[in-house]
Amino acid sequence: MMRIFVPRDSAARSVGADEVAAAIEAGMRDRGLDAEVVRNGSRGMLWLEPLVEVETAAGRVGYGPVTLRDVAGLLDAGLAEGAEHALSLGLVEQIDWLASQQRVTFARVGIIDPLDLDDYRETGGLRGLARAVSIPQEEVVADVLASGLRGRGGAGFPAGIKWRTVLEAEGDQKYVCCNADEGDSGTFADRMLMEGDPFTLLEGMAIAGIATGATQGLIYVRSEYPDAIATLRTAIDIAHVDGWLGEDVIGSGRAFDIRVVEGAGSYVCGEETAMLESLEGKRGMVRPKPPIPALEGLFGKPTLVNNVLTLAAVPGIIADGAAAYQALGMDRSRGTQVFQLAGNIARGGIVELAFGVTLGELVEGYGGGTLSGRPLRAVQVGGPLGAYLPADTLDVPMDYEALAAAGGLLGHGGIVAFDDSVDMAAQARFAMEFCAVESCGKCTPCRVGSTRGVEVIDRITAGVDRERNLVLLEDLCTTMTDGSLCAMGGLTPLPVRSALAHFPEDFHRTPEVTS
Amino acid sequence: MLAYAPWSDEAAQESLRTLPAAERLILPALQRIQQVFGWVPDEAVDVVAAELNVSRAEVVGVLTYYHDLRQSPPPDVHVQVCVAEACQSVGSREFVNDLEAAYGVALGERLDGVELSKVYCLGNCALGPAAMVDGHLIGRCDVERIRDAVALAQEVRT
Repeated sequence: MMRIFVPRDSAARSVGADEVAAAIEAGMRDRGLDAEVVRNGSRGMLWLEPLVEVETAAGRVGYGPVTLRDVAGLLDAGLAEGAEHALSLGLVEQIDWLASQQRVTFARVGIIDPLDLDDYRETGGLRGLARAVSIPQEEVVADVLASGLRGRGGAGFPAGIKWRTVLEAEGDQKYVCCNADEGDSGTFADRMLMEGDPFTLLEGMAIAGIATGATQGLIYVRSEYPDAIATLRTAIDIAHVDGWLGEDVIGSGRAFDIRVVEGAGSYVCGEETAMLESLEGKRGMVRPKPPIPALEGLFGKPTLVNNVLTLAAVPGIIADGAAAYQALGMDRSRGTQVFQLAGNIARGGIVELAFGVTLGELVEGYGGGTLSGRPLRAVQVGGPLGAYLPADTLDVPMDYEALAAAGGLLGHGGIVAFDDSVDMAAQARFAMEFCAVESCGKCTPCRVGSTRGVEVIDRITAGVDRERNLVLLEDLCTTMTDGSLCAMGGLTPLPVRSALAHFPEDFHRTPEVTS
Repeated sequence: MLAYAPWSDEAAQESLRTLPAAERLILPALQRIQQVFGWVPDEAVDVVAAELNVSRAEVVGVLTYYHDLRQSPPPDVHVQVCVAEACQSVGSREFVNDLEAAYGVALGERLDGVELSKVYCLGNCALGPAAMVDGHLIGRCDVERIRDAVALAQEVRT
């Protein structure tokens, strides 16, 4: 039967994919045409959503963005045959934006039906797990180590070292905890992978369990992602029935099970120790390290904590060998990074490329500049705790070390573009305000400093004792950086200081007189 | 949004007894209470504390920590507007002003059963401004799109 694809990704649904899918189904019926509408993940070309694809002999032909009003016309023009139309995009695989990427972690997203296990197997799924249960645990860990894979949550810690620590740790119970508390503004790759290819994440976690001796896996997903939670829960049920999760993982005699835990609205719970507290049902307060979670994590047991994208990279590494993954990237950043183009950007979405692509190639090349058409002024890389970089420094290569050398951080790979209407003093104030709302309260510099930071920035922009307050703000930033346990208080000064350093004029405006 | 059960200690105890063993913890217990009753009344603190054999203080500590947990009855329709950076870059500050003017309430308040509140990121950062109406994500928001979604949500309820 002919197949038409309309994404089920929540971003696509947020601009009408459900209505378009329903209209296509009804329209096909009315015309006496027989077709199956498959709800795939998103290809990540979010400016084209809803992106409708039709399977033809030549490949999948795309149309987008399709609105409800376009459906009848599309069907009349011969959508079912992949006919020409004003919304035609040609063969989707040949769209340069997509074809020029190196889709590794996102290889299946947008292509398969996310909950069809046959699709998953046909595209290479479960080969990694099959190999993992057939070789010694040490060998699996050695492969992860050799791949050069680093934690994709933001810190970039070598995954293999963490895995080895958990494997070698003594414990009657070990856990694998997947951090899916993707709270950074400008990031959505975890969500799109969980909605578009959940089996990859589950397989990665099962491999992690087999490799480290953990029998229980937990995925901590933020409550703002209801679709991802529902998709994962269904996928887990399917994997159970199929026999690769549960008491006997694909006939290996070893047990591994996964459950989804829903967050309750707390940014700090994306920090690994706060996440563990939350998984224990407590306030999401940060724990001091040591002890590291790999030795004393969830309920005091050895716990492997990895981000969604870290674990999702694992099945490919174990199936195809570490060398292929390690061959991608630059210096100490190996493999691919899933960049997320967001904010005021003409062509936003998922760009997966080997490390080393420059920020400019991403923002100007893939992103096509601003959505508003106004000049680009600033780019925030790495979420709310990342630096604001000015538009004239976009030649920085995107890898952990190069970006750190340029005063920024890669974080989870989110890139938010701002045009020249942005007020950078307001953005600096927001960084402090966000920290004040979301601080867990454990460290005084973060809990109190953030509120004082808002007040000091308000005085600066109001022109009250400006020079002295700028000194005070700098002093406050140093205290927060040096005196906070985690990145919330420790890195909030980064966007503030970068805004001050690159856009001082925004802090020195003549205050508006309100009458 | 579904209709919620009226509060009774017995119904609350019953809802907690069906929690799987691994979820007999304070946060999942409070989430279950909210799922059943729509919010977490004061009386629930005693029930959860007794059921899990923990102190009231520990329960209140968790209850007041998480933004999602409600200590007052829920609205008919919940509109969450993203106020984080990616949406700011495409005019969410102006959008929030427009929305507040249209509904006659500020973020964090409610009128005629519709509550507006802020949220930091909905993961729809390339299609902002983003909002969520009763769990349904909406991209490229303007006041009209929110009004349509609120009307639809009200229709679903009645």
